[in-house]
Amino acid sequence: MNQHTDAAESANALTPLTLLGSKSLRLFSEMGAMFLFCLHAMRLIFSSWGQFPKIIRQIYFIGVKSVTVIALIGLFTGMVMGMQLYFALSLFGADGFLGTGVALSMVRELAPVLTAIMVTGRAGSAMTAEIGVMRISEQIDALEIMGINPMSYLVSPKMAASIISFPILTSLFNLIALFGGWLTGVLLLGANEGVYFYRVQQSLEWDDISGGFLKALVFGVVVCTVSCYQGYFTHLRRDAVGPEGVSQATTHAVVMSCVLILMSDYVLTSLLW
Amino acid sequence: MASVKKYSKETAVGVFVFVGLLCIAYMSVKLGNVKLFSDEYYNVGAVFTKITGLKVNAPVSMYGVEVGFVEKIELDLEGKETNGVPVAVVTMAVKRDYQLDDEAVASIKTSGLIGDKFVDIALGLGMETLQDGDVIYDTNPAIDLEDLISKFAMSDGETN
Repeated sequence: MNQHTDAAESANALTPLTLLGSKSLRLFSEMGAMFLFCLHAMRLIFSSWGQFPKIIRQIYFIGVKSVTVIALIGLFTGMVMGMQLYFALSLFGADGFLGTGVALSMVRELAPVLTAIMVTGRAGSAMTAEIGVMRISEQIDALEIMGINPMSYLVSPKMAASIISFPILTSLFNLIALFGGWLTGVLLLGANEGVYFYRVQQSLEWDDISGGFLKALVFGVVVCTVSCYQGYFTHLRRDAVGPEGVSQATTHAVVMSCVLILMSDYVLTSLLW
Repeated sequence: MASVKKYSKETAVGVFVFVGLLCIAYMSVKLGNVKLFSDEYYNVGAVFTKITGLKVNAPVSMYGVEVGFVEKIELDLEGKETNGVPVAVVTMAVKRDYQLDDEAVASIKTSGLIGDKFVDIALGLGMETLQDGDVIYDTNPAIDLEDLISKFAMSDGETN
């Protein structure tokens, strides 16, 4: 403890350059630790048949219970896209391309990203809080004492459930958003129905759809890793301890997940297409 | 009833995954245009001197009805099948229901104001039907709007 404060003080006393260095070192080591954490959790998914019921329970929590909110968000995103694009396209008489616009923007970009962000808010924060509380009330230590690997008991089922749920939720989002676009664009504003669906079908290639699903998979892994990591190491936080630490960890997990989702989205988009 | 309640969570997960897989399958096959049954189409080639703006997956139509799509576009600089004239070879996938005769004419046309290009096939009076892998040599290239305009501008000056 003493060493820590000494180091912190000397870091403060030194140049801003040193401070920057120590900050970035901490960032990189956290990233590395998170990556190893993620690999470890993935490996333990296949550790035993006993994982299966736990994975089902987690799919119920992460996937099934998110269906309503994903459906609502998808419907309204599709509806607003239909409205805005119709307005923009009809300015130069190209409202026949409404379907192209809605389909491409949904499948390639909005569906994976918005799904991931919504599930972060709904399930990611809950994961962090659950594991964090178990950590500070020493339940994770108790698991270890009983000879149960807390990683394979707590983290791996969530990882597997995220990998299964995210693409499914994304595809639901896509279909409902296309329906929403039809609702405003065709029913409300009077774009041609046949042209809308023809353009939707014609503009989408297999590359677009597989790319969207790949994004969803990556986001699932990112969200689960960040959320579980933050909860799992609540007790190592420097800024707060105890219940306050859990609240800090939860906030941090949500913010970090969202930032990482949007950053990895840019990287994936530039690599995929 | 008790057993139903006991497994309600599992049932919900089952429904979720099943419906999800259906959605994924629908999106892949229907919207992603994945050809599950490639027997549905046969390939016909066509050689063009100019295909400006034609893209892979552009529609192929006959009398205005869509009968297939452009599968591949290649450049044949040596002119293997056209006596040394360099051409663009367009491979089209045409539905098996539609037979083309050996005097059919393929032309590249424009639809809409923004100018999506597509291949239009007009049947001829040929006696033989084209088989998988046959090539149409009688074609009309894409019309280049700029060429037309410049030609018009030139001739306008001369005729007056």
